[in-house]
Amino acid sequence: MAAAEHRLADVVAIACAEAFRGDGEIFGSGMGTLPMLGARTARATFEPDLMVSDGMAFYVDGDLPIGGTDKVIEGWIPFRSVFDTLWGGRRHVMMGASQIDRHGNTNISNIGDWKQPKVQLLGVRGGPGNTINHAVSYFIPRHTSRVFVEAVDMASGIGYDRAGELSEWVQENHRIPRVITNLAVMDFETPDRRMRIHSVHPGVTPDDVVANTGFDLVVPDDVPLSRGPTAEELAILDHLDPKGLRFREVPDPEPASA
Amino acid sequence: MSKLTTEDQAVATLESGMTLGIGGWGSRRKPMSLVRALLRSDVTDLTVVTYGGPEVGLLAAAGKIRKLVYGFVTLDSIPLEPHFRAARQGGTIPELVEYDEGMLQWGLYAGSLRLPFLPTRAGLGSGVMDVNPDLKTVASPYADGEELLAVPAIRLDACFVHMNRADARGNAQFLGPDIYFDDLWLNATDVGHRFVSCEKVVPTENLLDEGTFHTLRINRSMVDGVIEAPRGAHFTSCEPDYDRDESFQTEYATAARDPEEWAAFVATYLSGSEADYQEAVDGRS
Repeated sequence: MAAAEHRLADVVAIACAEAFRGDGEIFGSGMGTLPMLGARTARATFEPDLMVSDGMAFYVDGDLPIGGTDKVIEGWIPFRSVFDTLWGGRRHVMMGASQIDRHGNTNISNIGDWKQPKVQLLGVRGGPGNTINHAVSYFIPRHTSRVFVEAVDMASGIGYDRAGELSEWVQENHRIPRVITNLAVMDFETPDRRMRIHSVHPGVTPDDVVANTGFDLVVPDDVPLSRGPTAEELAILDHLDPKGLRFREVPDPEPASA
Repeated sequence: MSKLTTEDQAVATLESGMTLGIGGWGSRRKPMSLVRALLRSDVTDLTVVTYGGPEVGLLAAAGKIRKLVYGFVTLDSIPLEPHFRAARQGGTIPELVEYDEGMLQWGLYAGSLRLPFLPTRAGLGSGVMDVNPDLKTVASPYADGEELLAVPAIRLDACFVHMNRADARGNAQFLGPDIYFDDLWLNATDVGHRFVSCEKVVPTENLLDEGTFHTLRINRSMVDGVIEAPRGAHFTSCEPDYDRDESFQTEYATAARDPEEWAAFVATYLSGSEADYQEAVDGRS
């Protein structure tokens, strides 16, 4: 097999950036390396009005590399302002999930029974408020059927079925644009808002994705390939992530044995 | 009138069974010297309300938490708090209230405004409703009629926050990037047990030496006791005075995963006074 045209982490980074396309002048908030890189790449290229933070308490101008300290601060966003911004809807967050189901319910709280969990994770954090107020995308570095489950043990983030039982306001504001993994990009663009494959990364088949998903995934007849970065975008990725942290979070796949 | 006191004197005014709020956020600007004083005391059976960090782990490991109200517990750079994990997985905290982060703010804000509840959408439809069956919703009385979550007010018997500077009367100042919700904790607490520790007590006329007036978010009507506690937030961060002590936090988290190592950690760091603690920290090779 010929060498891949793009490295997997670069494809994933572009997929993360693409999730923010069309967002305009709102807070593009990324939790973790790839989501943060995605938001900053979107801002540096096709989404110039997007606002990004340093992950602490400031909006930063310019193309600040991940972990960079030479910041141009353009605004102050302490946690209280984050809450105001997210309740006001001017935010799109990309965060992780330890479990996700076909409706986009997610869990970062605990595995097993909540009363005495098998594994305690973080707690629900801001998941309930995020998902009910604005767009929430997910980045999951390892796509497995342990993460893509039939039912989440604790709904820290609400999916389309739970949102569907709430007010019209909620249904208008609740949105899960993308779920991005090391195998594929998923969305919920189906009539019943079930998770479907949006694109597969180069070298991955829809069957591979299905095999690593613990529920029935909607597979369109034609599944496109996730795009890799343009030469210009690749230069931007290298600028924004000079230490190559993305390759640690999304390693190159093992070459198929001959 | 000076409100200067010490950690041990402050803790001596508390009683078992109280509801205690703890300021800061995760492993950031936590009132750790007050928490360490609490660990030295007989006070127990507490309801602890917090944006949780290592104080939850320490108090849980010491068996002092009867009820925990939280949105998360984390050490930030180490995402999962080992003592909290052990307590949850072992079922040793009898009562738990897990909220969305914003719900917790709203509960404190309602408490501080002496309202019975505040409405929000955050939490509706989520697992928070499943595990807190006592939560109620309320219909908007206006034309929209939307059903909203009524977050019940949180009132506290006592609270601890750690600031960068304060004067002896309780005007207090944060110099870092975020006050978190520390003013809210104080406002949601009954008069009598509102304690602020700080890196340095300064004369009132020097409060603006290091920060603008915008940093004076805590005034003396909100505070009953002031404790000068240099490095009192250790090992959590207290910008700009110091960053998180990552190497110490790693030592803490490593020890917390193993009962024998934990016993040694307690013997080394948590068996004496605050001065002994600080000396032991300085003595690390």
